[in-house]
Amino acid sequence: MSLRAPLARALHHGTARDGVRHWVVQRVTAIALAPLAIWLLVALLSLPLADYASVRRWVGAGMHPVLLALIVLIAAWHAWLGVQVVIEDYVHGFLSKTLALLCSLFVHVLLAAAGVYAVLRIALASGA
Amino acid sequence: MAERPLSPHITVYRWAYTMTLSILHRITGVALALALLGLVAWLVSASLGADAYAAIVPVLMSLPGKLLAALAVAALIYHFCNGLRHLAWDMGWGFERADARRSAALVVAVTLIGAAICIYFIFGRSAGAA
Repeated sequence: MSLRAPLARALHHGTARDGVRHWVVQRVTAIALAPLAIWLLVALLSLPLADYASVRRWVGAGMHPVLLALIVLIAAWHAWLGVQVVIEDYVHGFLSKTLALLCSLFVHVLLAAAGVYAVLRIALASGA
Repeated sequence: MAERPLSPHITVYRWAYTMTLSILHRITGVALALALLGLVAWLVSASLGADAYAAIVPVLMSLPGKLLAALAVAALIYHFCNGLRHLAWDMGWGFERADARRSAALVVAVTLIGAAICIYFIFGRSAGAA
């Protein structure tokens, strides 16, 4: 028997008017990613990837840095939410689940930071 | 933990191909998280300079590299199309069984055609460059 009050057991276990937020953000990031992903796919397929100078020129050109930074940020956000659900469904046990979720969060934040930094570095170098 | 009655699990249901599409959405999603790692690695190496970029070009142009790129592109097109299907469901459209099966077939068809076109570009262009 637990001495914890029913309220204490219920708190921080979801849906305190917050339950739908994860679902909504997953959809909003999906809608944002849809046009960006098509643009990136077409661009990457037509870019001469082996040529360093062309790649640098393309990344730094016009609005490309903005779109690329947005893609990296929103994709990392969307992937974090998706991987979170997968971990919650398939990884059992409090410790391994918590560690997997933490690990996923840190990796996705690192990816977002590294990607945005790389894009900015190329864009600012080519602008100077 | 005490043995408690469980709700019927997925294995009790007769298989329908829409189930395969459902699990494929997750699999391609996880694969695309890995593809994001590849995209960021590509951007970082381009940002580090010509030498760093020259180090990854052979990987990028190798057969395993191209196969991985082809898989990532196929996963992207699938996840994109099936994601649109999910967004339609979220608005209450296409939930009837016949509609869901028709949209499933459409997703598979668009993925196969789209992936084939992209794979042609991935492998076709290198032959000219090499």
